[in-house]
Amino acid sequence: MTAALLELENLVIEIPGRDAGMALDFPVLPGQCWGLLGPNGAGKTTLLHTLAGLRRPHAGRVLLDGQDLHGVPRRRIAQRLGLVFQDHYDGFPSTVLETALIGRHPFLRAWNMETAEDHGLALRALAQMDLEDLADRRVQTLSGGERQRLALATLLTQDPPLWLLDEPTNHLDLHHQVAVLDLVRREVASGRRGALLALHDLNLAATYCTHLVLMYPDGGMCWGCTEEIFHVRALERLFQQKLAVMDTSDGVWVRPVPAA
Amino acid sequence: MSPAPLPPPTRNPVVILGTLGIAAALSVLASVMLGSVHLSPREVVAAFLGDGSDLARMLVLELRLPRSLAAFATGGLLAVAGALMQVLLRNPLADPYVLGISGGAAVGALLAMISGLGLAWISGSAFTGALLSTLIVFGLAHGTGSWTPTRLLLTGVVVAAGWGAVITFLLAVRPSPELPGMLYWLMGDLAHARGNALPWLTLFVIVGLALPLGRSLNVLARGPLQAAVLGVAVRRLEWTVYLLAALVTAVAVTTAGTIGFVGLIIPHMLRLVIGNDQRLLLPASALAGGILLTLADTLARTIIAPEQLPVGVITAMLGVPVFLYLLYRSRT
Repeated sequence: MTAALLELENLVIEIPGRDAGMALDFPVLPGQCWGLLGPNGAGKTTLLHTLAGLRRPHAGRVLLDGQDLHGVPRRRIAQRLGLVFQDHYDGFPSTVLETALIGRHPFLRAWNMETAEDHGLALRALAQMDLEDLADRRVQTLSGGERQRLALATLLTQDPPLWLLDEPTNHLDLHHQVAVLDLVRREVASGRRGALLALHDLNLAATYCTHLVLMYPDGGMCWGCTEEIFHVRALERLFQQKLAVMDTSDGVWVRPVPAA
Repeated sequence: MSPAPLPPPTRNPVVILGTLGIAAALSVLASVMLGSVHLSPREVVAAFLGDGSDLARMLVLELRLPRSLAAFATGGLLAVAGALMQVLLRNPLADPYVLGISGGAAVGALLAMISGLGLAWISGSAFTGALLSTLIVFGLAHGTGSWTPTRLLLTGVVVAAGWGAVITFLLAVRPSPELPGMLYWLMGDLAHARGNALPWLTLFVIVGLALPLGRSLNVLARGPLQAAVLGVAVRRLEWTVYLLAALVTAVAVTTAGTIGFVGLIIPHMLRLVIGNDQRLLLPASALAGGILLTLADTLARTIIAPEQLPVGVITAMLGVPVFLYLLYRSRT
């Protein structure tokens, strides 16, 4: 059995105004892609931040190599997992290449300057995200979708074994949505990597995720393999939204039913 | 409509720092030449070599050069303090004077002087005042979690006004003979700066730290969460920078009183040209801040010679328009 990238041990996330929730208890293994599904405010972002060690859990622990994440130095955490945020802050001028290059930060010592090798990694990551032509552009001039792809390029430069992605398809056009999720699936399928993604599109989640976590607004949780979890009744209850099901040769597709 | 893309910045550190270094030498030379009695470069060199007239030697070696070096170090310190605070607050409007940090340092220094304490005590007391002021401003501005530039600046302005009132009070209740000289705490004046190694020592230390801290600061400039995810121990780094910024401000204020806006103008202008890599921006700020204050002080000495202006008047005249422009632009 392969070692877990991260273990959730009776983990209850801290949501203001919610007393407690159901505890999450599962390991994230290489080769797994977990989709987090739930309505706004259910705690998808909070869960991702807790798994990255940015927030303390309400109860339970997150384990990295069997050690409580809270006691692990940030630098070591950053070598093992990366998080792409929903929003990106660019207060000061910097170029696209510089922004990708900060992904190397966890691997460089205080006195090291970035080497040609680091630049090479960043440029390759930009190319994977179709951004190589923009390397010298100022970040502030990018469109929302280009900025989102740059955040993913920074993650690719960081190259951690575990990817935490908060709505990675935000702002992306259809082609790049599929391109990003294809990339995640390819990397995960290589068996070296695992991923957790907060997603809003149910069909994309069903297509690309090996496992799902359904996060209910009252703190209820439900998790497991996608085939076991992806049930229309559960999804309707999750989103308080009537869904129509299309059983195609390519699996089950769901579509929201408009109010009459 | 999105703004037109700016050209990629020039990033050759050797060229940038070399150019600034030459400009720094020229600015010091100019400040030594100019004054109520103008000297030629030849006379200045002669004075350095121990030749020339007694007057020239006294002007250059005893009056102008120490003051010019003090101005340079003070300007460098203020610019570096501004650059550090801007990273901490992720706001280009941060400046030790605008945020009231200089005011706190001035009150600390003034209290020590009034109590008749020695130089070490004055610096220590100024540092305590600067640190207290830093804690008040950042504590209040961070307080409820989310904060805006408006909240931060209002806090700073009010704290600065409070310190200004304390200084006026202290000067008012103090017996009169030394009063005119001490007014420089309010406006910043290098006439009282004495040959003193502390500002230079501090400047070298802080620029020396720019390299090991720089990349972490670059990441921190992108927000504390992003920095934490990329392996920065955010809390520890922020405290280090708070302490350094307070220390640097305190030394600058002890040397020359509260001079405003150098920390605002210099990092802003440099960022437009060389980008925001702190490993380059901090040393470049030290040089450019030194150049600015050396030239501003030369102007302050000569513009209505033989009378002298406090140099803070000149920097405020330059800084206020820049500040208003930045504030105007930050509305969007």
